[in-house]
Amino acid sequence: MQQTKISRRRILSAAGGAIALATIGAPLSDALANPKDAKKKLAEITGGAKAKKGRVHVELPALSDQGPLVPIGITVDSPMTDDDYVSEVHIIATRNTSPDVAVFHFTPLSGRAEVATRIRVRESQIVTVAAKMNDGSVYVGKARSRIVGGAGGCG
Amino acid sequence: MIDAPRIHVQNIAEKGEVVRVRTKIPHPMETGWRKDHDGNKVPQNRINRFVCTFNGTEVFSADMFSGISADPYLSFFIRVEESGTVDCIWEADEGKSFKKSATITVA
Repeated sequence: MQQTKISRRRILSAAGGAIALATIGAPLSDALANPKDAKKKLAEITGGAKAKKGRVHVELPALSDQGPLVPIGITVDSPMTDDDYVSEVHIIATRNTSPDVAVFHFTPLSGRAEVATRIRVRESQIVTVAAKMNDGSVYVGKARSRIVGGAGGCG
Repeated sequence: MIDAPRIHVQNIAEKGEVVRVRTKIPHPMETGWRKDHDGNKVPQNRINRFVCTFNGTEVFSADMFSGISADPYLSFFIRVEESGTVDCIWEADEGKSFKKSATITVA
């Protein structure tokens, strides 16, 4: 009698463990998110050097119910002269199906390092913006976007 | 429904003024991941490149990927030193390209 009790308890605990494992494992395997890819992407832009913080201001709605159409505004502090200007601005969405969003190329003729567009945000995440100056230094700015309801951005 | 690319820019500017250019083009920006009702993948079709030139000199350009929304909208700035034309060219994956121009007169 005692033996059967123990075995039942064992079976139950084993089953419980399996359920717990399944629930923990499911979001990990289902997640399309690929923050590692985004980190690799950032390393490619900087060329191995460490990106600096500041100078990049990202305007992104903190809360949005429409993932496929999220307005984003980017401003980089730069005089935009022939000697000192922003050459590239990369938008990286860490948790999108593909982290690449866009690359903008500026010239001194741009006059102001400012760009606005609309991006797809698949799920709530932090969007990273990396600005590469003409001397090769990279500055990074981030903004968090929360997507509620509706479908995600990437079809 | 608007079916042509558009540019919004002021037509009179002062010398050295930094002018805002707003552009929009109707395009589905298909990612290539979506499926239609029969379960077939919808082929990828995106605007992948945008170039803006002022009097033939490249001022601003963009490489666009799947993360850009349908009907790509772009707002950016150019410095105007002389009268001239702003030419915007969009290139799509399907091989088509679209062009739209606007003129700015320096008073």
